[in-house]
Order: sequence, then C-alpha cells, then structure tokens
Amino acid sequence: MKPHLRRSLAAACGVLTLLTLASCGDPAPQSSGGPATVRRVTKDQYVAIIGDVFGADIKIQGRFDPDVRESGLLAIGTAHVSVTPSSLEQYDSIARTIAAQVVDEHHRAQLFPCKPASPTAPDDGCAGQFLGEVGHQLYRRPLTGQELKAQVAVAHEAAGTLGSFYDGVATSLAIMLESPRFLFREETAEPDPDHPGTLRLTAFSKATRLSFFLWNTTPDDQLLAAAENGELNTESGLARQVDRMLASPRLKSGVRAFFTDMLGFDAMATLAKDPEVYPKFTPTLIGDAQEQTLRTLTDHLLTRNGDYRDVFTTRHTYLTQLLGAIYRVPVGTKGGWEAHDFPDGDPHAGIETEVSFLALHSHPGRSSSTLRGKAVREILLCQQVPTPPASVNFSIVQDTKNANLRTARDRLTAHRTQPTCAGCHKIIDPIGLSLENFDGLGGYRAQENGAPIDTSGDLDAVHFEGAAGLGQTLHDDPAATACLVNRLYGYGAGRAPVTGEAEWMKYLQARFAAQGYRLPDLMRTIVTSDAFYRISAPSKPDGTTQAATASPKEGKS
Amino acid sequence: MKFDRRTALHGMLGGGAVSVALPFLDCFLNTNGTALAATGAPLPLRFGTWFWGCGLTPGRWIPQKTGAAYDMPPELKPLEAFKDRLSIFSGFKANTDGKGAVPHYTGSMAIMTGAAPKGQGMVEAATFDTMVADTIGGQSRFRSLEVTATGNPSDSNSRRSSAVINASEPSPLAFYQRLFGPEFKDPNAADFKPDPRVMVRKSALSAIKDQRDALLGEVGAADRVRLDEYFTSIRQLEQQLDIQLQKPAPLEACKVPGQPGATKVGTQIDDVIANHRLLAGLMAQALACNQTQVFNVMFGDATSSLRKAGSTITHHQLTHEEPIDEKSGCQPEATYFVERIVEGFQTMLVAMDSVREGDGTLLDHMLLFAYSECSFAKVHSLESIPMFVAGRANGKVKTGLHIDGGGDPVTRVGLTVQQVLGVPASSWGAGSMQTSKSVTEIMV
Repeated sequence: MKPHLRRSLAAACGVLTLLTLASCGDPAPQSSGGPATVRRVTKDQYVAIIGDVFGADIKIQGRFDPDVRESGLLAIGTAHVSVTPSSLEQYDSIARTIAAQVVDEHHRAQLFPCKPASPTAPDDGCAGQFLGEVGHQLYRRPLTGQELKAQVAVAHEAAGTLGSFYDGVATSLAIMLESPRFLFREETAEPDPDHPGTLRLTAFSKATRLSFFLWNTTPDDQLLAAAENGELNTESGLARQVDRMLASPRLKSGVRAFFTDMLGFDAMATLAKDPEVYPKFTPTLIGDAQEQTLRTLTDHLLTRNGDYRDVFTTRHTYLTQLLGAIYRVPVGTKGGWEAHDFPDGDPHAGIETEVSFLALHSHPGRSSSTLRGKAVREILLCQQVPTPPASVNFSIVQDTKNANLRTARDRLTAHRTQPTCAGCHKIIDPIGLSLENFDGLGGYRAQENGAPIDTSGDLDAVHFEGAAGLGQTLHDDPAATACLVNRLYGYGAGRAPVTGEAEWMKYLQARFAAQGYRLPDLMRTIVTSDAFYRISAPSKPDGTTQAATASPKEGKS
Repeated sequence: MKFDRRTALHGMLGGGAVSVALPFLDCFLNTNGTALAATGAPLPLRFGTWFWGCGLTPGRWIPQKTGAAYDMPPELKPLEAFKDRLSIFSGFKANTDGKGAVPHYTGSMAIMTGAAPKGQGMVEAATFDTMVADTIGGQSRFRSLEVTATGNPSDSNSRRSSAVINASEPSPLAFYQRLFGPEFKDPNAADFKPDPRVMVRKSALSAIKDQRDALLGEVGAADRVRLDEYFTSIRQLEQQLDIQLQKPAPLEACKVPGQPGATKVGTQIDDVIANHRLLAGLMAQALACNQTQVFNVMFGDATSSLRKAGSTITHHQLTHEEPIDEKSGCQPEATYFVERIVEGFQTMLVAMDSVREGDGTLLDHMLLFAYSECSFAKVHSLESIPMFVAGRANGKVKTGLHIDGGGDPVTRVGLTVQQVLGVPASSWGAGSMQTSKSVTEIMV
C-alpha cells in the first residue's frame, strides 16, 4: 500500500480510535489476557538487533541453538526454551567477537559517543556513556543505576588488567550481550489504571512486544522514547507509533519473519533431496524457493494490500533462473528476480503449488500426498492430525514397483483399507492427492510410472479437481483465515490464545473479514487493542502476583 | 601443583592492586564436596551414550543363550572382537502408561527419562545422562558434549526438560575447533601462563551472577526454572574458565589430533559414516585430554533418515515398506543400513579402544551405553528394544553378558547404569516403569 494512502485510512479510523477501541466496527469484547512471557531472542532477531545497534557490517560467527516449535510456532517455543551450557558457550563466543569488532579502530570512531582520556587506562565517564546508550537498546529499556554501575565496574577492572580502555569496554559489552536481560525478552506487568483490577504490560514491555511483532527486532529510539514518556500508554500515542511502524519498510522484515515461522521454513536448512532423482536440487535452489514464497506473500499482502485468501490462488509470483528450470518458465534475469504471472489453466496457482511447500512436504526421493495433506491441515488450517498408531504395517503404501499399484493414489487407497489407518488418512490423503501433479521437488508431471495421475481431491465435504481446485477450496475455507488470525496473534503474544480470549479471537476474525482480509489491518487491530497487552495475573514463587510489586525494569538510573 | 587463584593473580599482575571476588570454587571439590581434588588421582570415569534410530531385526540380534557364554548373533558380528567388554540387553520393554506411543520417540525417552513422554518433544523428566554429568562431569572443561553424524543440530536425546535440550554439533571441523581451538590448554605443554583475558572474563561474569536473585524474583514459577537453568550454564562457563586458569595435570594419553577438513554433513550414508568416524576420534581425544567425561553421540536420527546415494528411499521408509524376505528373515534393503549402524558402533568402540591409557585403554575406563528407540521398526515395537553396555568402567561393571529382561521395564537398565556411575539413585522411573530392581548381574 502506498504510504500516503495508508496514512489517510489510518487518519479516518484514528479519529474514532480515540472514542472506542475498535475504531471501525463493533466494540471489542472483553478479554482475559494471558500470562506475560519470557522469550529467548531467536537467531534472526539477534542478528537484526546487532545490525540495528552496531551496523550491518558487524560479523556474527557461531552456532545458535535450534528453536523449538510449540502450538505451531517457534515464536511460542521461545517462551519455553532456556540456555544450556553449550549454548551459553556459543553466546559467549559470539558476544566476544561482536564486542571486539565494535571497539576496533574502524568502528569505534562511529560507535563511541566519546573518547577516553587515555586509551590505555580506565575511563568510567566515557565507558558509562557508551554502555548506557548501547544498553538502553540491548535491554530495551534504560539500565538501572545499579546495572550501569556494575557494567562500568567490569569495564574499569578489565581496562586496568588489560591496559586498554577499549578492551575493558569490550569485556563489559560482551557481558551485556550474554546477559539474560538481553537474551531473554522478559515481560513485566503493572495495574492498568484504565481498567481497574486488570494488569497490562509495562510501557517498555509493550514497546518490545510491538517491535518484535511488527519488525522482528529491538525497539528503535522513537519507540523507546514513547515508552519512557508515557505516550505509548495513551490510545493516540500508541496509534501514532503503530502508524509509523506499519508504514516503515521494516514491516516487511516482520511479516517475512512471521511467515517463515508459520510455514515452517526453518526445516529448509536440513531439507535433503536425492541428487540422482532430483539433480536440480541444490541448497541455492531451495533458498530461492523459500525466497519466492516470501516475496509472493509480501508483494501480495503488503505492496498490493491484497486479500489474504488470494495467496492460495494467486498466479503472480517471482522467479530466478534456477526456479525457472523447475517451473519450466524461461527467466531472462541473470542472478536476480523477475515477476512472473502463470497463465490461466496453468497448474501453478497459490503458495501451496510453489516449490517451497511441495518440496518441504515430500520425501527425499518422491512426493507424499500424506505429508502434503497433513501440512495443509496443520500449517494452513491449524488442525491437529493425530500421530500414527503403534504396530502398523506400511508394506503396501509405497511399494512403487508394484505393477498393480502404479500411482500414489492406488497405493494409498490400498493402505486406507486397513481400519487402523483409515481414520486419519481419509482426512489427509485426499488433500495431498490433488497435488500429485508435482513431484517431490515440485516439478510438474502428468503421469506416474506411465499411468495418468488423477488429481481430484476432497477437503472435508468439498470435492475439487487438481491444485487449482485445492487453492480455491482453501480460499473459501473459513478455517484458513481463522488459522492466520490464530497464528498471528500467538506469534505476537508468544503463547497460544487462552480460553478467556475466545470472544476476542472471534472478534479478530470478524474484523479481519470485515476489512477484506487485509493483513496490515489485522496487525493494526491487534496492536492497537488493549487485549494484546492485557496480562492475566501470574503467580510468583512467593504466591504474590507480578503487578503487586513495582517493576524493577521501570527504575531509572 | 596446587592451584591457588590468589597466587595466580599476583603472579600474573605482579602483585598489583586488583579487586576480584574470590568465591570458593566448586571445581576444587570432589563430587561429594568432601575433599579437595588432588592431582595424580585415579583415572577419571567416563560415560557415553550412542544412539541410532529404527532398531535392529528381531531374530537376528538376540543371542540364543544368556549369560557369559552367549553366541554372537548375525547382526552383531562386527562386534565380535569386543565380546568380552560388551553386554547385550534384550527383552526389556518400554511401557506407554496410557499416554499413547509416539512413533520413534516413546522408546528412546522411556529408556533415557524413565517415563513415557506425553507427546513428541514432551518429556516428563530429564534424560539420565544429565544426572550422570552432574555426578561425574564437574571436573572437566565441558560437563558433556553432544554430536550427531546426520547433520541436524536438533537431533539430540540429551535434555534436562522438554525445553532444555543439549543440541548436537554436526560438523567435525566445528567440533574440533570447540575442543582444540585457541581456548584449549594442552595438558602436556611445557609452560603454562594463566591468560589475563580469561581472568578478566571470569571476573566479569559476576556482573551477570549478581542479577540472579532479582531476575528470578520477577518471573513466574515456570520461567524461574528456565532462567535458573541459564544461571547454571553461567556457573558452568565460569568453571570452564577456571579450568583454563589452572595448569592442567599432564595426561599421557592426550594427543591433540590434527584438524579435520570441512566435510559434507547430511543423511547420505557414506557422509554419515565418514563424519561419525571423525567425531568418534575427536571424542576419544576429548576424553583422553580431559575436556569432558560425559558425551552423547547420535549415529542416526530417531526416524532413521539414512539413505544411499541415488536411492529414493530412507532407512526409515524401508523399515515400514519393504517386505520381509522369508529365507533370511530380514528386510534386505533396510538391513543394509542396520549393518552400517552396527559397524558404526564398532567404529566408536575401536576409537575408544585405540587410545592407550594407564594399564588399559579408554574403553576400560568408561561405560558406553548404546540404544535405539524401538525393536522392530516396521511396527514401531516397544518390546525388547536393543540396548548395549560396553567398556569396563574402571572395573565397576561385569561385561560380556547377555541379559534377558523377560519383559521387565527398560528402566532397570537405566537405573543400573546410573548406579554403576555413582548417581545416588535407589529407584528410578515413573508409572509402571518405576523400578528399584537393578540388573545386579552386571554390577561388581
């Protein structure tokens, strides 16, 4: 959407924002809120933060522990993982290499607000100025007086021992970069004066949730200032920040991060295909495939402000030469991307017919209707498919050499006659079978083992033909849009919606529909609501609630 | 030489004024906290696990006879040379206790945590290697080391909870750098100078440690456990730095290996075998150089993704889909991978046995526990999951036996291994798998 157009729409709603929570529709229902979260920053977030605070040329070398997927999202898993000894060792090593670069002769001139009295001795004034400014961004709030004092003391002692001011500051900075205050996004709550008896996130926690949700990085100076001066706790102030953030090019990073998580693209890093069956498969190709889907999505949902449902049917996408070889489309642009529209009648329509989806949900050497059907259910419709029971005989399923069972449909139909398997397979296979025109890498084929492929499919009570039919069915299925709402909210809140938010989730879905399934509008509805920041009272170890005591995070230095 | 931090500080800084907090260090204590660890102590006891996915073939790996005179069954032939230092456990069963069997997961987690998991990735307790590491792992640089030969760092069975997973290192080169990179202190080096940078780093960690109470007081109970785990990791890092500040006792068996080249990591069987061989060799030297006493190796992932170059199908798929050949009683294509797996175990045993140490080899001074997650992968069977114990554990175990569990829970084996290694546990496991019945046949 063009910024000026978006702003004028925002202004139209903004007037009403002051009056009611839901600016352009029915008032929002009450929500219980959920627990505050403590989320470990992800690798991508870590990289983005370091880029924001110190510049994109700072190299980050090291291994990050894998994230854990819960309730369909890594973002929710981040609220449950910890830091093991081996992972701390990695954070320590990464932090020291970053700190060494930040203080090297090349960077210190740009990054330090001051010069030490002597480069070979401690200088608490200059160290404090630098560490205070940097710490503000890294901890997403001002350092407390005690924290800053401790960091300066580390720099002082190290500078004395090592005979270098900058090595001293680097030692202190490294400690900050491996501190739990940086590695974990700890949310704190306070009583909400506008809704007595309820809790809300504190302003800095609010800024952090907002920034990671929309931009996938640490809050910038303006957002931190809005938290500090109270602006973020007013409806108009919040709306101003939200307008600014939704208009920023950084929104694209945030939306890409969300879909990378929702679509399970973390699995791309370990995706393997048999090179003899799929000689075109390379890590570069699969990287391009992921990028293609993210480009298709951000182009459709942000640039064009399109209807989310159309991502299942869109024929407009972006290709590289490597991808062109799979789609059998000539791509002229060398080493870059070009837009492509698949013609009507082409089997490619919608992200579920792109290489990223088809290859990810296949076996290394062949397609899998079961994996694809399961992925449609679990990833695109948020429906849980049970795990297969123990003691199942799979012999018949994919004996690809059986002369009587030449296609996947033949083999799966035989398998489904076993009663223990039938229950689940009948709800997943008929979805995946509609994509059987695409092999295990996503290339088109009309036949399997010389037999024509029947791509008719079923999703619940709807019968359809082929990939395009599946796309249209997904487009029309309310579960698909409800799934997006559910995932997006869970992604932002760091937890699955709780029972007390059921009405609120219904409201969000209704708003999404009323606004033509526009993603930026949905994001705006979420981040300008009270519900998004409402915290249910958590119990502390001593039995009191978080809000019962003043948050130390809000303390000023 | 008895290390004294105050002396080191003074020596290093020429007695200049420094203010460093000097807490009494855990690493100077033995594991009971009753005495200072002296140099020249008996060789340390080591523990390792070795895991592979998709089991073995029933009828082809269980010896006919039990006890010491067992016959080496066809699938275990490559282990013949180690027969007197290998014990085979058959007939031990994982129970699901009404929680449903999670394919390729319930078995391994029942063996390692003593309880059937609630679901994929949802364990009820820590895996027992972490308890062993807490018992014997405190004296070395790393409390434990985890590696995988199939390329995916997420493939690790070692966990303190569902969310606290000790991720595996897949790359031999990266593993080498972690062990023998610039931070490695060669125990046999002629001179030793404590590195002032290490001293500074260690001291700086107190700025984090000082935040512990405040931070834990701000969060709910579940987050408190997670953050406490973080602070445990901080103490572990501190201990690693401490060890770097001490002159290590010379270790005759420690020979710093050459740096491996970059290798292709992935699930293709030839790559897996090559990477596993490198990782096994590095792990043996990690033990010999006292970098760790506890390790976990994944030869394959639970849903065994091993595959041949140019084949369309993985080991896992074969176990389910390939018909059983009536003559041989096995699935021929799947058996190809079973053979490579058993050879992989042999590679690990050879790697440990080829390091001479004291009056024997590393293998004599360790207990290596090998296990899978099911017995017959074709039907995800949880009865008679293959388990092995190799090594003499400094004479703490009797070896060379075939034990038939007769349908007893797998936890009997885990409990026994823990007891041999000094974990103070008299009973272990949950639900129907709770047991206090050790496998006394193998205990000395």
